[in-house]
Amino acid sequence: MEILILLCVPLAGSMLLAWKGHRTYAPELNAAISILTLVAAAYVTRQVMVDGPKVVFDEQFFIDPLNVFLVTLTAFVATTTALFSRPYMHNEAAHGRLSPRRLRLYHSSYQAFIFTMLLALTANNLGLLWVAMEAATLTTVLLVSLYRTPASLEAAWKYFILCGVGIAQALFGTILLYFAAEKVLGEGGTALLWTHLVMVKGNLEPTILSLAFVFLLVGYGTKVGLVPLHNWLPDAHAEGPTPISAILSGLLLNVALYALLRTKVLVDGALHAPFAGQLMMAFGVLSVVVAAFFLRRQKDIKRLFAYSSIEHMGLMTFAFGMGGPVASFAGLLHMTLHSLTKSAIFFAVGHATQKTGSQLMEHINGLIKTNPTIGWGLLLGSLAILGMPPFGVFASEFLILTTAMHAHAWATPWLLGALGVAFAAIFGKVQPMVFGPAQTQRLPHSPALVPVFLHLSLVLMLGLYIPPALARWYHQAAAMLG
Amino acid sequence: MTAIPLAQQFLNLFAALLLLIAFAMLSQRRVLSLIRLFAWQGAILTLSIADSAWLTHQPHLYYSAVLTFVIKVLILPWLLHRLIRRLNVVWDVETLLNIPTTMLVGIVLVVFAFNLALPIAQLSNTILRNTLGIALASVLLSFMMMITRRKAVPQVIGFLALENGLFLAATSTTYGMPMVVELGVALDVLVGFFIFGIFFFQIRETFDSLDIRHMEKLKED
Repeated sequence: MEILILLCVPLAGSMLLAWKGHRTYAPELNAAISILTLVAAAYVTRQVMVDGPKVVFDEQFFIDPLNVFLVTLTAFVATTTALFSRPYMHNEAAHGRLSPRRLRLYHSSYQAFIFTMLLALTANNLGLLWVAMEAATLTTVLLVSLYRTPASLEAAWKYFILCGVGIAQALFGTILLYFAAEKVLGEGGTALLWTHLVMVKGNLEPTILSLAFVFLLVGYGTKVGLVPLHNWLPDAHAEGPTPISAILSGLLLNVALYALLRTKVLVDGALHAPFAGQLMMAFGVLSVVVAAFFLRRQKDIKRLFAYSSIEHMGLMTFAFGMGGPVASFAGLLHMTLHSLTKSAIFFAVGHATQKTGSQLMEHINGLIKTNPTIGWGLLLGSLAILGMPPFGVFASEFLILTTAMHAHAWATPWLLGALGVAFAAIFGKVQPMVFGPAQTQRLPHSPALVPVFLHLSLVLMLGLYIPPALARWYHQAAAMLG
Repeated sequence: MTAIPLAQQFLNLFAALLLLIAFAMLSQRRVLSLIRLFAWQGAILTLSIADSAWLTHQPHLYYSAVLTFVIKVLILPWLLHRLIRRLNVVWDVETLLNIPTTMLVGIVLVVFAFNLALPIAQLSNTILRNTLGIALASVLLSFMMMITRRKAVPQVIGFLALENGLFLAATSTTYGMPMVVELGVALDVLVGFFIFGIFFFQIRETFDSLDIRHMEKLKED
């Protein structure tokens, strides 16, 4: 029942905004719906903490320690992004960059996107998970091309085609998985239900599952942004409106990785060999290294942080590929921290680009003088994402690297080198934007800075102290991942 | 050698026809003929699903045959016709890469697909196992069609043909996916198609053409 409310709020919100989304109060309405979703998510979390995992609706939906933490994270970042989007969209409307019709499209799609992500997270049926992942692409593709510039249309087309083809591979993988499961569970509805599959995972046919995993990795990996399937990601992040960059980077990539993890558990059980983990580690290291070297060449600030997202998703994929209680714990922690930090950075970047009217880094400078809060937000966010202590990212990266040193020593020099290169690239580019000579321009609507500092203080807190309840929760989820 | 039942032979025939159509689409340059081929592909897919429904006595496969017929044979081709008329590209002819080379690469893909499907086909205990290789081959051929095309509309037809190949895979290896999944996939395809439609107009408005060569500016330098 709680899950139904959780899913219905954004869905109803999307319909409401499809009708009223062009009004001047639509950004406030959008934020209000997101807050309602967050309340519903908090309620579901509390229920799970008290009563344990839940399976509902003919077993089609479920909540367990792994997805409940992502549901909360998704609802939380969706809410703060909606709060950030409020002044952002008022400013865009005031500048005449977006017509009322496009604002309506934006608000309606925003809620629909949140709905598809929550659907993907709570779906027990792996086929339904696929449907929701595809729907997540569909709801965001028109948002990427919202400004209708040639570059944004190109980015959206690329996003649509690449993710569409990629996700089609994942459907083939899902079909193969169903084919293997059907022999064990019998035909009919239960053969795609994860809770049933995980109980019989030892009996699934290994040949089919290894082939299925390759297709699933390519499919969902495209959406995670793993190199060499990452081509769409920097374009889509750079050309869409900044709130969309924030939730694409902070949430969608997580959900895609989550889909991959669900299937990895099954493949590991069937194969009794680290095949899936090795593939994920290889893709992960490749993504970290390639993205780190691309960072240095970026001129557009949003592309810069999009490549940084590829790097961090690669690091998480590597951590989950290693497996084991510590690495999975670190992977989940890193997922949380990356979501919070990266969306905070995009909030700051959004205000900075709105002020200067350009996304090129050479045009952005002296933020600390013209608007100290944006400047500090960008600086602290960048330091946090680069893994400086005492921010939480330091802790998770430290855990990942020390585990790698014990278990897979070959990877550590690559990862450490790449993190060093990334540090030099990002810090070298952020520093002149924050300091340096200033030119000023006032915005008609004052920016929302609460979300930026709320996220960053959470990241700081997680670096210094992880509440026992949260730690227990991560341990449970890590145990499920094996 | 034991005699293969007639229905099974028909199933193999339909699968072979689908592969043939995939090749025809690869070499077809006129948009109008491509749409016609796409509709034929849908029709044969419908027959093949209905045949496997009859063979395996699975009532829900009949529903998915009806669903395929309505979406792939009636709605999508009709929408495509309307779209190209409104976009004024009915008589569009595309210059393609060297067609014989494309065909040869296509044959290599088919061999690859059959080899990939071989170990799985041997494991299959359904009577439908021969078609998995063909399904994978038509997925790969549609994929190739998308790569070789330079115009937006044929690329999208390639995308839809890819979906057809996946449906064939789903009904040929298993007894069809659960109904809720099939409905969801069908919904995604339809919504996706509408978004493509909106996109075409946006692209033409901005670039004055549906040639996607105009959209290769975003590159790393």
